[in-house]
Amino acid sequence: MLKIMEKTKIWFSISFIIIAIGLGFLAFRGLNFGIDFKGGSDIKIQLNENINKEDVDTIVKGYAPDASTNALDNNQYEIKSADLDSDKLGSIMTDLKSKYQLDDKALISQDEIGAAVGKELTQNSIIALLVAFGVMLVYIAIRFEFKFGVAAIAATIHDILVTLSVYSIFYIPVNTPFVAAMLTIVGYSMCDTIVIFDRIRENAKIMRRAKSIEVADVSLTETIKRSIYTSLATVVTIFAMNILVPSVRTFTIPLIVGIISGAYSSICIASPIWVYLKDKIGNKKGKLQRT
Amino acid sequence: MQRRIKMKKKGKSSALFILIIAVIGLLAFAGFKGFVLGAYEFKSLDKVITRGLDLQGGVSVLMEIQKDTVTPEELQSAKEHISLRVNTLGVAETVVTTEGQKRIRVDIPGMTNSKEIVDSLSQSGNLVFKGPDGTELLTGQDVKKATAQLNQQQGGYEIGLELNDEGTKKFADATGKYVGQKISIYLDDQMISSPTVQVQISDGRASITGSKSLEEAKTTAGLINSGALPLPVKAVSVSNVGADLGATAFPNSIKAGVIGVGLVFLFMLFNYRRQGLMADIALTLYIVLTLLVFIEVGVTLTLPGIAAFLLTIGVAVDANILNFERTKEELKKGYSVKAAVKKGGENALSSIVDSNVTTLLASLILYMIGSGTVKGFAITLMIGIVISLFTGLVVTKILVNLAVDMGLITKPSHFGVKLHKEDEKHA
Repeated sequence: MLKIMEKTKIWFSISFIIIAIGLGFLAFRGLNFGIDFKGGSDIKIQLNENINKEDVDTIVKGYAPDASTNALDNNQYEIKSADLDSDKLGSIMTDLKSKYQLDDKALISQDEIGAAVGKELTQNSIIALLVAFGVMLVYIAIRFEFKFGVAAIAATIHDILVTLSVYSIFYIPVNTPFVAAMLTIVGYSMCDTIVIFDRIRENAKIMRRAKSIEVADVSLTETIKRSIYTSLATVVTIFAMNILVPSVRTFTIPLIVGIISGAYSSICIASPIWVYLKDKIGNKKGKLQRT
Repeated sequence: MQRRIKMKKKGKSSALFILIIAVIGLLAFAGFKGFVLGAYEFKSLDKVITRGLDLQGGVSVLMEIQKDTVTPEELQSAKEHISLRVNTLGVAETVVTTEGQKRIRVDIPGMTNSKEIVDSLSQSGNLVFKGPDGTELLTGQDVKKATAQLNQQQGGYEIGLELNDEGTKKFADATGKYVGQKISIYLDDQMISSPTVQVQISDGRASITGSKSLEEAKTTAGLINSGALPLPVKAVSVSNVGADLGATAFPNSIKAGVIGVGLVFLFMLFNYRRQGLMADIALTLYIVLTLLVFIEVGVTLTLPGIAAFLLTIGVAVDANILNFERTKEELKKGYSVKAAVKKGGENALSSIVDSNVTTLLASLILYMIGSGTVKGFAITLMIGIVISLFTGLVVTKILVNLAVDMGLITKPSHFGVKLHKEDEKHA
């Protein structure tokens, strides 16, 4: 039998360190909000080998003085600006095309988001996240007991914090896909925790005399294979997508982090919290009955 | 006698098993390769499915009507106006949809010049009435409004046209001059209606008969209105995916899918042996069915959508893993193959249902609150979960039961369970 519960302190410390570092970065540097949230433009252009970045910068800054530019791999060139609409981009492209003999294909991608659209998006995402939490808590409270629900929600918050930490530590841009990924992680983490809680509920009926810590250890031993297998099967496809399709990475990276964190938290976070709640609240009741 | 009954059952199971495999095989072949049968061509799924702009390249523009409150009619008329504009660009598969109360999204595949598109979409409509000889008679400024209405005398639908004072005068002159001839109405140089003048109209109220349906009358009236009372629109968001980026994203996603799914197949086969094979067959059905439903429902496949689809494959496999791990446990306890399969399925059911319902709830909320890409992603997830419950619970169960009945799965090692020699004799 695995002794996972006995090492609760280690698990909590690992998570605490990751989240603390993440929140530290979050407090001092903030998240790298992409244009979906802030509004503005993000443009990628394919240049060829003999182009001098400074020359291109001069052209770009002529139209958008606030632009920050970046040279990416394979002679790709990225422009970020708060004030660069399609009109100005058209002029930039015309200049670049005539100066460097590029064709229409040189424009790889252009994203321009109005600030108001971004604000709405941020609000909607937060609402969606809160509503999702509420609904799932209610569902688990109905299907299981309330203590399970609290423990599952705690584990899910843990996963969100870990994913957020990875984002702030590595300064990965946060855009719309991030929101979808976050909500998927919430669903996935819940799903993972429920499978374990289902087993705990079942074993608790059989092992009436046992301490909750033993029930949890037995249940985890029985379900750990499944937790690992399922996470592997899910991560492997997303990972293949992450490697082969670079443009979807802003979506797949949080998913991968979230899925791994979700599998970890349902084992090492959710179950210990359930044991804690069960022992604390359960004991009180016992004492009350005795008096 | 008993033996004969057993044989009969075995034969029946085998026949059903082969039939199911054949159907799934045919579906998979048709779905991934496509075939031609006589005059009928069944196109492979990757050719039929609607691809989002991120998978084929193109420009997506979100236009906002610059007015504090916009009525649904105004939004609709602006949408029709914009659709008409887009059509003049000559791109076949443009999609124009409304988003929220005052925004209109225009997706134009295959175009890269966003400036040209934004410029053309932001112009306000130029409405002109022209005589048969091409002389300009009235403009949008002369029109008060147009409405779709029922033709009281002849039945059918018509467009009621109301003109303002100056328009009434001009229209009286024009209709007097061209009785029996055609006056054509143009919006941005595109003809939207060309009625024949029956009598001179001097009260500023005309009706244009001959609309085939209420829809058609509404559309035309909307177009006239959009030229009469032009609403200023502005591009609030533009997304432009270059042709090269779009062109490589799709095949690469497919490649990633094939590699990922292939690994999952091998994993199931290696870990659960013959029972795993049954799961792989059910998973094949899952993939084909889900893609078919995507096409049927009209889901636009985007990159996040593909990622969501791959995620649901993980969910679909999870149902099998839960079930099979339970079956293995029962086998190790010494239950017979048949009893273990039954017990394993029963024990795993509650956790499969509970865990899927929570994910379904999360995606439902995403669908209701999210917009654009997020919405598409949520639909993909919901369809995937529902179908995975069907293939993971029902189809796999049928296949495994049949395989047990026909003698394809007979001993624990067929489930990937290693028992000691003595145990195996017992089992």
